[in-house]
Amino acid sequence: MKAIASSFFARRGAATGASLLGAGVARRFNVEILPHLDGAYNLARYLTRDSALAEDAVQEAMLRAFRAFGQFRGGSARAWLFAIVRNCCRTAQAGSGALSLMINENSLSEEAAAQLANRADERPNPEEALQAKDTAERVREALEAIPEPFREALVLRELEDLSYAEIAQVTGVPVGTVMSRLARGRTILAKELLPSGKLAGDRSRSTK
Amino acid sequence: MPACGDQQLLLGALADNELDAANVALVEAHVARCADCREELERLQALSALVRTNGVHYEPPGGFSTRIAGMPELAVPRSRNDNSIFRWAAPGLAGALAASLAMVVLVNPGENSIVDQEIVSSHVRSLQPGHLTDVETTNQHIVKPWFNGRIEFSPPVPELARQGFPLAGGRLDSLDGRTVAAIVYRRRLHAVNLYVWPAPNSVERSFAKGGFTVTEWSNSGLRFAAVSDIPGGELEQFETEFRKESDRR
Repeated sequence: MKAIASSFFARRGAATGASLLGAGVARRFNVEILPHLDGAYNLARYLTRDSALAEDAVQEAMLRAFRAFGQFRGGSARAWLFAIVRNCCRTAQAGSGALSLMINENSLSEEAAAQLANRADERPNPEEALQAKDTAERVREALEAIPEPFREALVLRELEDLSYAEIAQVTGVPVGTVMSRLARGRTILAKELLPSGKLAGDRSRSTK
Repeated sequence: MPACGDQQLLLGALADNELDAANVALVEAHVARCADCREELERLQALSALVRTNGVHYEPPGGFSTRIAGMPELAVPRSRNDNSIFRWAAPGLAGALAASLAMVVLVNPGENSIVDQEIVSSHVRSLQPGHLTDVETTNQHIVKPWFNGRIEFSPPVPELARQGFPLAGGRLDSLDGRTVAAIVYRRRLHAVNLYVWPAPNSVERSFAKGGFTVTEWSNSGLRFAAVSDIPGGELEQFETEFRKESDRR
């Protein structure tokens, strides 16, 4: 089927000449970048935790990506775009005056991270409240309560299906850091979402 | 009971399919003899399934994709060579494309609804390399569930290989600002795009535009529009076979 599609356009002749260079880049942008718009929005929505900020960030990211696309040298187009989206989210949050909490996970103890995730527990009757919500809503809230580096890794992995290498590219950290962020994010998330609460990570270090 | 500390990251990587064959064997061997790690792995998988529940992934608000694709900053630069107009127009951005095809492909744009134009231009756009299908398979039992959770209706996906229209796959597309299902069939070396979206029942109609034939019909609250460059008679045959097979299910 792809061969047919190619010949369909080949019949119209190969593009030549400097006047078409811009058109060629724009066309490649449509093919390689635009299909990831939904993923870009989802990522921005979880990073900013705000629908209007997410829309602004994605729009700005698409403009920046379009302008920079001539320099894109292959590899994962999605990871390339998501890295831009991520930067635009930072900018959008800073610009809006929204509280942008930058956490260095090395300075954050497991307990503190878990506490951040467990703020829901302070509400009266949290279990009843949780049961009343449908699963997707519960998961969304739990994800959004996780500190940023862990939330970002989880969203990229579980919702966008990026490989570890792609997540490393988007977030600018080594694969090993991606793995530990995922593990810690999952530990926090399991506490909130799974019935008996525990993935192994949260006890091993905190009982030391 | 907790999993072994030294296995924690490896269990995650195993659940994520990120281990090479040698490490898969090592970790699986450990999991086979360590009940705690087995439990941990199951919990990781359960958690992953939970996060992937439908409705957790945020979808952009309606019209957002169209708005982005239609931003003038993203417009494909205009070529000075008129003979090459189709080369840049065909793969163009949705907004620019609808407009340019209205000039290039359609003879009398004034007589036709926007949707008619979009059906043809969407078909042309889908023939770009890599654009025809998001899910590429000849198996109807893969295509139909693939649409679940992506759209709010469930289009029939009958297998029509015996009738000479083998299934090629499916994808999501956008017509007139709404998300539609596009089911792709083959006819010899040609592609047939069948667009499906919810709409009140309306009359059957067929028309030809710029060498493409379109035939539309309604069935139980869904509107169907088949478009291809095969002869009109064969497209009618496609419609007949499609309706016959979907009614049997």
